[in-house]
Amino acid sequence: MKNLIDIKELSVEEIDQLIEKARDIMQNKEKYAEKCKGKKLATLFFEASTRTRLSFEAAMMELGGNVLGFSSADSSSVSKGESVSDTIKVVGGYADIIAMRHPKEGAPLVASLKSDVPIINAGDGGHNHPTQTLTDLLTIQCEKNRLDNLCIGLCGDLKFGRTVHSLITAMSRYKNIKFILISPKELKIPEYLKRETLEKNNIEYVETSDIEEYMDKLDILYMTRVQKERFFNEDDYVRLKDYYILNKEKLEKAKPDLCIMHPLPRVNEISTDVDDDERACYFKQAKYGKYIRMALILKLLEIED
Amino acid sequence: MNIDSIKDGIVIDHIQAGKGMEIYDALKLKELDCQVAIITNAKSQKMERKDIIKIDRAINIDLDILGFIDPESTVNIVKENEINQKFHVGLPKKIVNIVECQNPRCITSIEKDLDQVFCLTDEENKIYRCKYCEMSMK
Repeated sequence: MKNLIDIKELSVEEIDQLIEKARDIMQNKEKYAEKCKGKKLATLFFEASTRTRLSFEAAMMELGGNVLGFSSADSSSVSKGESVSDTIKVVGGYADIIAMRHPKEGAPLVASLKSDVPIINAGDGGHNHPTQTLTDLLTIQCEKNRLDNLCIGLCGDLKFGRTVHSLITAMSRYKNIKFILISPKELKIPEYLKRETLEKNNIEYVETSDIEEYMDKLDILYMTRVQKERFFNEDDYVRLKDYYILNKEKLEKAKPDLCIMHPLPRVNEISTDVDDDERACYFKQAKYGKYIRMALILKLLEIED
Repeated sequence: MNIDSIKDGIVIDHIQAGKGMEIYDALKLKELDCQVAIITNAKSQKMERKDIIKIDRAINIDLDILGFIDPESTVNIVKENEINQKFHVGLPKKIVNIVECQNPRCITSIEKDLDQVFCLTDEENKIYRCKYCEMSMK
């Protein structure tokens, strides 16, 4: 494993190893405090994303390494017209590993084909965001103590939501998974994903627009934000952005051990009155993201125990 | 109607009727200085009607382009007046610089030096996806 561009590149065994490593890091932080001493992570964020960038930077710092980079295309040579390939070749001379976010889909793949150092895709447009998926898997493992035998509700933008697409792809490889796909009809999951992932793997799924209909069946409820930047038409965005708002009332029938997740940032789709509920896991989820990124950095830099 | 047989060359047979000229253009056969015959609407037991292209020289043809336009076509390689080799073309696994990705969010929309690469991801439904953004070809 030289790069991480798409979650599909990882086998179930590799994912399990990363999760195991992340859990070990959580329990033995001091053991890992200097594992990346003398190493540098470059965070190349051609599109702003504060929390993902900070998560990567915190991960590298907790491993004893250093970070450098930029947080928007305006402050990089891209604004002068430099290609991704050229930027990567230059930065590869300064850093040992690169985490890259880019608004154009496929940009991290282009980078990986030109780079001498490992590339981590930190999000490319509406396409892939594999470290978010790894974060989600670690969260589920830690909170539910399993990655199989789960009924997973996915709610909100299932059309453009890359985290949802990647999570479906990743979870489809585990046994006895059932999906409840909750969305307005305009934001339903793409047909190809149903055909090529769910139906191909005989995964049970139900589509509904009612968030409460299957609430009592869910082990996990994964809420998503309707993202403005994915719409070409502002009217559609305004009409759909507050379609679902999860609040205490809607959770009345939910299981006592439900795990409520959200990739964050949250806007209105989860009411703040849910934050104090023991079932709200989204802030813990963000913290798990740092540990799985630490495990990934160690793996890609081939740093053993 | 008679068209001479060829001594050394290539016969592209079982082309779907109407696609002969498209293949002629895509394979840039007009740039050859040898004889090329295009037979359209030929009678066929298997297909009712078909197109045939005869090239009077042994050239390397791009099978990916041919397979992408008409995977059901067959290629006959003729040597010394005999069919030396015959094969069914089939769908290519990958096509390069034949079609452009239409996704405005794809990296190929801004970096024009990149090859336009599409990979066959669903053979049954003949679906190709962009190597970079994975959007299916329209």
